[in-house]
Amino acid sequence: MATQSDPHASEFSAAELEFLAEDEMIEIVPNMRMETLNLICGDFGPFHPQIATQVPLWLAVALKKRGKCTIRPPEWMSVEKLTQVLEAERDSQKTFQPLPFHYVEISRLLFDHARDDIPDIYMVRSLIEDIKDVRFHKIGTGLEVISQRTAALKLEHLTAMEVNIVRPFVVRALQAFYKLDSPEMIQESDLRANRRFPTANHGPKRQLKR
Amino acid sequence: MESGSGEGSMMDDYESLISTTDAELLKRSWRNEKAAPEILQFELSLVQRSTEQIQLMEETVEESMASGVDPLTVSLYQMDLDRTQFLLRSYIRIRLQKIEKYMAHIHKTTELWNRLSKQEQKYAQRCIEDLKEHFEKSVLSKLPDRYKSSLKQSVISEEDDMVPEPQLDTYVICRAKRSLGAFQLDDSAEENPVSLDAGDPYAIRYKSIKSLVYSGQIDLV
Repeated sequence: MATQSDPHASEFSAAELEFLAEDEMIEIVPNMRMETLNLICGDFGPFHPQIATQVPLWLAVALKKRGKCTIRPPEWMSVEKLTQVLEAERDSQKTFQPLPFHYVEISRLLFDHARDDIPDIYMVRSLIEDIKDVRFHKIGTGLEVISQRTAALKLEHLTAMEVNIVRPFVVRALQAFYKLDSPEMIQESDLRANRRFPTANHGPKRQLKR
Repeated sequence: MESGSGEGSMMDDYESLISTTDAELLKRSWRNEKAAPEILQFELSLVQRSTEQIQLMEETVEESMASGVDPLTVSLYQMDLDRTQFLLRSYIRIRLQKIEKYMAHIHKTTELWNRLSKQEQKYAQRCIEDLKEHFEKSVLSKLPDRYKSSLKQSVISEEDDMVPEPQLDTYVICRAKRSLGAFQLDDSAEENPVSLDAGDPYAIRYKSIKSLVYSGQIDLV
């Protein structure tokens, strides 16, 4: 995996986020008969034609690809719900609407693999795009509130993809403020800055607590 | 540590413990290991159980293929198997990368050394020896006496000042499964307690919440 070797190893790649989202449950309506699947991640089924059942998204997509089921898009993916969310997002400059933690990834997967199961797909798609844009814009302006040493920053209602995108900035900004505000940290930051040319440094190190 | 924990939350813990599958636990360990700056405790029994499940599933897949079970079912079992294997491999690989990066530091810190599995300890030991030998052969042996250590810059260094350490001061993003009430950040007496609400992500210094990560009350994302 590409992300594992770079210095920001703790960031999840888009593929890894998708992997996590694929474990979210979704309702399908099978068109075939199949015994219960006893998988490592849980037991699913039995599957009967026309009887709805809950499965993880990856399983739903696998069945869908083979034409074995239709996927029922989640409730929040309806034009009505999304319109409400978009309006609410636009109304408030500061707060975010609660959305599923993996809403970007889930909708992407469904657009890619279950187009024919989503009513008004063009509308749904453009609504989600708009919601994404409005939220990203708000995140950008919202981050300007970081202006001093902050022990904990609540990212209320932010979702996996959004967290992942703001992570490098937020982490560095908070660290910078933390250091600027704390005299004992100045040494530490010197120390790190000098790590590449370590000859200059013989200062005491901060002890690891615990 | 947390003020809001009563009997109710003990029950919740128990409930979530028995309803959580190993696949979930493995996923959580993978995420935490990926997002934590330092190496975490090796999940020995979880890894053993997952390995066993993978072996069982491999056998099931083979048997099903031989006995002519519906190819669709077999392919679904195979996908489940692939997903679990990916998690397990990635988990172990992230740990190995951390070990390679911080091997000297981990080696000299007992607490960290004990977090490694037997195999990881063996690997770290080999790594340290090989790297030392390599440095000595290629560079250090040709330097003046004062600069021959692979851990110190020169003989006047009082401590090992060429040993990279993970930065525990860094901020991480975490999510609590349940509301943790007002939580007093470990190391900062002057700051007000932070209230950690369930579900919402927070950016917090790793050092101040690491005990919550160890005890599984909070997940890194």
